[in-house]
Amino acid sequence: MSKKIIATTSLAGCFGCHMSILDIDERILQLIELVEFNKSPVDDIKKFTKQVDIGIIEGGCCNSENVEVLKYFRENCNILVSLGECAIMGGLPAMRNGIPVEECLQEAYLDGPTVSLNKEKILPNDPELPMILEKVFPCHEVVKVDYFLPGCPPRADLIWDALVALVTGNEMDLPYEVVKFD
Amino acid sequence: MNNTVKFKIDGNIVTAEKGQTIVEAAHAAGIYIPTLCNFKGVKPKGCCRMCSVKINSRYMTACTTPVSDGMEVENNIDELVDMRKSIIELMFVSGNHFCPSCEKSGNCELQALGYRYQMLVPRFPFSFPQKGIDASSPKIMKDQNRCIMCKRCMKTIKDENGKNYFAFKNRSNKVEVVLDAEMGKTMPDDLAKLAMENCPVGSIIYKEIGYNEPIGTRKYDKTPIGSEIEV
Repeated sequence: MSKKIIATTSLAGCFGCHMSILDIDERILQLIELVEFNKSPVDDIKKFTKQVDIGIIEGGCCNSENVEVLKYFRENCNILVSLGECAIMGGLPAMRNGIPVEECLQEAYLDGPTVSLNKEKILPNDPELPMILEKVFPCHEVVKVDYFLPGCPPRADLIWDALVALVTGNEMDLPYEVVKFD
Repeated sequence: MNNTVKFKIDGNIVTAEKGQTIVEAAHAAGIYIPTLCNFKGVKPKGCCRMCSVKINSRYMTACTTPVSDGMEVENNIDELVDMRKSIIELMFVSGNHFCPSCEKSGNCELQALGYRYQMLVPRFPFSFPQKGIDASSPKIMKDQNRCIMCKRCMKTIKDENGKNYFAFKNRSNKVEVVLDAEMGKTMPDDLAKLAMENCPVGSIIYKEIGYNEPIGTRKYDKTPIGSEIEV
């Protein structure tokens, strides 16, 4: 059996979900037997080099770059998995959803109590910077997502069981202890 | 006079006392029917619909319906399980329930129901409504983002004269459960703690102490909600 190919990315997330992938401990050796990694921060491959079986998305969409990467993943992955609360429901970045973007930027770069270096009172406006979206979107509200693994971060056992089930094509059962929203 | 009633839940015969509601009778018999707005000692009002069951093919709320002889109740059937799951999902998308940042996480009944029904993602789009937080009371914080309007605080948190600390404000989709500003200033400590305890979600947060139970030891970390009832 040829190895399944996996790609991962972190959009508006904190990389905690990727840390939780590493939390599978020594099973990582088994994982390498089962899968091959393509575009991912794990191996630092920036562009897809072939069609990928499973794409794992951490984080929701808070800016235009996130949306672009997510669409790029959807095009190049047969199965997309939302990993963690941010990808599933926006998570902590989505706490800004009730606040207008202008106010957020104002607080972060001009008025915040810890702002001291921004003497010229500039809001970041370089054309190289991705545009911030009006609100943070869960991934499945932007593209079709096939599977969801909740948690902040998702428990390593949940990630492991889900990956093994996806790679081997077997059904997975979800023990109570591993499906958590925090 | 015979005070017992015999009826069936999913085909199992349950004996109950006359005047009991289906939820009371079922829980006494070790059969779990999920509830959320229902609270011990408070007159049930059936507003959250979590306890919906089918009686003679009609949907009824089990917390408000009294038992009667020969009644056939359907409880744990696929249709109702999916309906209850959709009710939980609706509650999640209609508020701002950020479990990772909530102090009630692990002890929250809404979250626990999400776990029990294995809600991985809501089927409805998130609404991210704009809600406020009232932190004016020195004892508690009232977070409207998480309120599910169950009225449990309104029914149980009263002063010695029976005056409510909490009440509805506004109407229709703008309705909010708010804390009386004056009474909030002088709220006794034990009542503030009780308010947080009675709130099924994290809408009422007791100030100064937070996250004091480690993950793994909280109420719903290891065992699902309702497992204390089921035999």
